[in-house]
Amino acid sequence: MTLAQLVVSTVGPLVSIQDAGRFGRLRFGVTDAGPMDRLAHAAANLSIGNARGATAIEVSVGGVALECRSGSVTVAVAGGGFVVQHASQTHTEWTAVTMRPGERLAVRPGGWGSWAYIAVAGTLDASMWLGSTSTHSASGFGGGVLTAGQQLEIADARVESDREGEIPLPDFARPPGRVRVVMGPQTQHFRDEATAAFVGRPYELTSAYDRMGVRLDGPALPLRDVLSIPSEPIIRGSVQVAGDGVPTVLLADHQTTGGYPKIATVVSADIDAFAQQRPGEMVAFDPIDAATAIDIARTTRPLVGDYLATVAGAGRTLTHRLRLSNLISEAQI
Amino acid sequence: MTPGGSPALVARFVPVGDRGLLVEFATVISEAANRAVLTLDKALAGSSVVGINEVVPAMTNALILFDPVLTDHVALRIEIERLLDAADESQPEPQIRRVQVCYDESFGHDLSVVATACDMSVDAVIAAHLAGDYRVLMYGFAPGYAYLGGVDPTIQVPRKPAAIRGIPAGRVIIAGPQCIVTTFVMPAGWSVIGSSPTPILDPAAEHPFLFDVGDRVVFERIDLASHDAAVAAVAAAGTDSS
Repeated sequence: MTLAQLVVSTVGPLVSIQDAGRFGRLRFGVTDAGPMDRLAHAAANLSIGNARGATAIEVSVGGVALECRSGSVTVAVAGGGFVVQHASQTHTEWTAVTMRPGERLAVRPGGWGSWAYIAVAGTLDASMWLGSTSTHSASGFGGGVLTAGQQLEIADARVESDREGEIPLPDFARPPGRVRVVMGPQTQHFRDEATAAFVGRPYELTSAYDRMGVRLDGPALPLRDVLSIPSEPIIRGSVQVAGDGVPTVLLADHQTTGGYPKIATVVSADIDAFAQQRPGEMVAFDPIDAATAIDIARTTRPLVGDYLATVAGAGRTLTHRLRLSNLISEAQI
Repeated sequence: MTPGGSPALVARFVPVGDRGLLVEFATVISEAANRAVLTLDKALAGSSVVGINEVVPAMTNALILFDPVLTDHVALRIEIERLLDAADESQPEPQIRRVQVCYDESFGHDLSVVATACDMSVDAVIAAHLAGDYRVLMYGFAPGYAYLGGVDPTIQVPRKPAAIRGIPAGRVIIAGPQCIVTTFVMPAGWSVIGSSPTPILDPAAEHPFLFDVGDRVVFERIDLASHDAAVAAVAAAGTDSS
């Protein structure tokens, strides 16, 4: 067994350990958690030969710097437009590099995006809670939040020389500033003008943004009956409106139930890219009907599957990667 | 199919994005609505409807989470209506879960406040709490945070003006008509009346959660010495979830 050891040199807030998530226990009050951007998390893992849902580090705009103490390990960084500094090289694309003893890897926010993922070729040692290493932010259980000086151990560390280099960034990973929503499930609790206001003008993401969700700023959404609705289930993507008429989009660490009405639900295909938006950016809500939402889910999954299968393909040569990038660029136009 | 002779509640189906279907039996909390939720939950658990990932039962509704590649809102609605038509609404005899509670003033610092508000003695408040007929209505808010319906109306007190931060795990709280045993350190705006050493959430166990939705809960009073011994025993077993 080959061990690699990394030390956290510096770290900002909200940098945490996440595997794919903790599923199937919403009925017991346990939220899924897992990555804010599940696509980028999967791409980082698959690009270096890991299982799709392997334990990785989620990096916030606070950034992180790691130093390799011993052993060598290939790591991949994907998600948003972060800047990666490694061994005197600076990368602005999603990339895989190999860390050797004494080398430093710094991941800092770049041109766009709120979350990046550092996947390590091997098994990142992390505490498991209820079957998952994802950090449960309210309790701190699971892998937990990274702290300066913390040592990270990677069991079965691998060097994947032929997987080093750029990881293609698909068009659908970038937030377009619009998300598609299915209205409801509690439109009846809003005054008639609320629905029109919600889809009529973009909202600004505020700095009240963490893994639980992001509070928006924009037209108020007047409630018909501010009293309370029976506490009922919430999912990632629920747009909840508190008594003050201000909407919040709930994300990976949402509470499992709540008593505030939900005016709309963001479709699954748009949630990961939306989570990459930053405070101060605008988002517009495009209402679609439920049947259209199903169609979108069914057309999106094979696209994502094809992209991830390509990223996972072993032995990507530079030529192959360049061709792939071109293909993807063509598809974007 | 309504053994009690009462009319069956009509379910309302509402899409939740591209992967959820909310099945709503009422818009206000009622025993009949919660019973309908339990009936649906049980029927789904015993069925093999394609594409369902998870069922989240709540007070008056249940959220069905599904894989949109395998099914959709319309197909699921048809399946669920069929299941509800055929459902056996007689609930099986519920499991009874026993939860120990110590009402020592060092934990139950709101007991005297509740007693004053309800114009009762502290002993009478304790007796009323022990006499409650509790049912697990739903989990929510936090892992293992179960809403137990059935608090005696004589001790239902309103929320405090502001939440108190740092309520430890294992505190027994009355929140209007519901009783809750906390599973984490959390803020709470309700009345803390006691402490329980009974693990509601044991992450190491095969079944980490003590209750299933629909279970009956009986509180059993213990004294301070028994409480402290039980807390120590749980901690020693390494299964303390707090």
